Amino acid sequence: MDFAHQWEKFWLLFYTNGGYKRVFSEGLVNTLQIAILGLAIGIVIGTLIAAVKVMPKYKVLPRILDGVCNVYVGFFRGTPLVVQLLMAYYVIFPLIGVTVSSLNTCILVFGLNSGAYVAEIMRAGIQSVDRGQMEAGRAVGLSYAATMMKIVVPQAVKNILPTLGNEFIALIKDTSVVSFVAATDLYKIFTEIGNKNYEYLAPYLMMAIFYIVLVLGITLLVKLLESRMQRADR
Amino acid sequence: MENQAKNELIVVSGLCKSFRINKKKILNVLNDIDYTIYEGQKIAIIGPSGSGKSTFLRCLNCMEDPTGGSIFFEGEDLADMKVDINRHRENIGMVFQQFNLFNNKTVIQNIMLAPVHLGIKKAGGLFAKPAVKKQIKEQAKENALKLLRRIGLEEKANVYPSTLSGGQKQRIAIARALAMNPKVMLFDEPTSALDPEMVGEVLDLIKELANEGMTMVIVTHEMGFAREVADRILFMDGGRITEEGTPEEIFKHPKNPRLQEFLSKVL
Ligand SMILES: Nc1ncnc2c1ncn2[C@@H]1O[C@H](COP(=O)(O)OP(=O)(O)OP(=O)(O)O)[C@@H](O)[C@H]1O
Ligand SMILES: [Mg+2]
Repeated sequence: MDFAHQWEKFWLLFYTNGGYKRVFSEGLVNTLQIAILGLAIGIVIGTLIAAVKVMPKYKVLPRILDGVCNVYVGFFRGTPLVVQLLMAYYVIFPLIGVTVSSLNTCILVFGLNSGAYVAEIMRAGIQSVDRGQMEAGRAVGLSYAATMMKIVVPQAVKNILPTLGNEFIALIKDTSVVSFVAATDLYKIFTEIGNKNYEYLAPYLMMAIFYIVLVLGITLLVKLLESRMQRADR
Repeated sequence: MENQAKNELIVVSGLCKSFRINKKKILNVLNDIDYTIYEGQKIAIIGPSGSGKSTFLRCLNCMEDPTGGSIFFEGEDLADMKVDINRHRENIGMVFQQFNLFNNKTVIQNIMLAPVHLGIKKAGGLFAKPAVKKQIKEQAKENALKLLRRIGLEEKANVYPSTLSGGQKQRIAIARALAMNPKVMLFDEPTSALDPEMVGEVLDLIKELANEGMTMVIVTHEMGFAREVADRILFMDGGRITEEGTPEEIFKHPKNPRLQEFLSKVL
């Protein structure tokens, strides 16, 4: 069967019969939701871990926190995302007896996982900010935490914006594994379209186009944001 | 001496500071320093590079934690880890060689940040009444504008530091420190990073503060300035204050051979 014919059949399902509606309302929405909320959680966790990492270590508490962070980062960077999803959905949640929807499990696990990676990005960002900024903040009487949040982290974020953009893109692409825990995303919907007449070429081609457009769109957005932030300091 | 009649502001006693270079090696930078700074005094610290001048200055507000001895500020030992150092640092202004203005804040935000943040914190932090917060902000803004007028940079209030010259940056850094109404100002080579034509404007501002009676400690390589402004000069060498006296005593009648050698090089 030639491609044109396959494409025609796909288009019938996708467009004429309204298959695209689910692609947008479920697939795209879920993919974006998991990636955006995951990144948001990741940034919060990552910033906290990074702040611990760059803390002076001669007191006991920072050392304990540092140890905890090391275990956390080691686990989430040392195991595949799919394993983490499966663990959460089929092992941990049932064991502690809570029911969490597939989608929420994904958001949570993506957030926790991304936190481990953002921590490293953020730490590099914080270290790229001149030490004098922290000193100046402390010298006027601000606490370590206040100086971090008001002075250092905002500058760090500006420096790492391109890298954070890449992390977001990585998350978008990683969402294609969420069907392992029965969540619906672009992959799942396009597979369902393909299942209708057991032809996957056209649907998967369309899926690839969706991902590429998404990734290019985000790349553009990050660029815009970056140049706006550069201008704000001039 | 006339200064003895005045109040002690900072009493340094047995101050030691060492840095751990690696597992085996420890570098002693300050060796058992005793010194008392009285209210209203202008103290200049001179000495060869690496003699511990910056480290000494930075120990005064515990930017470097002393490894031995005490720093009594208004009677409380800042070297004691239990002391709330942030509260005391509000009263000790510090000006850096590299200015260190907050890059992500405009000029006026640089000056207002600490007064507003700490003012609100004292008024209850997140639970402070909006009206109180507003009043704190307005007052800080008014004060910041007053400081900017004083240093002649009012028109720069809303620009970011990256657009300023070195001299302007340093004057704003001084204004930022003054915004907390400190009891003493610490300067670490405030003009060393400036182009020669901008040194004057910064030194003039510091002189003005000195004439108003601000207590200050200045690490400097500007011998002329030290001579003119300071009433005590400390010569540091090898982590010790090896000679101390009036500008007259230090520059005209140096006793310590190392000081004589140092002066012959820099004068
Ligand atoms: N954080 C640090 N870690 C290790 N060694 C340090 C540290 N800070 C300072 N030192 C060392 O302590 C010594 C004194 O340094 P300090 O900066 O106080 O000298 P200084 O008198 O201010 O010199 P300069 O005139 O060059 O500024 C130097 O040998 C320096 O290398
Ligand atoms: Mg120095």
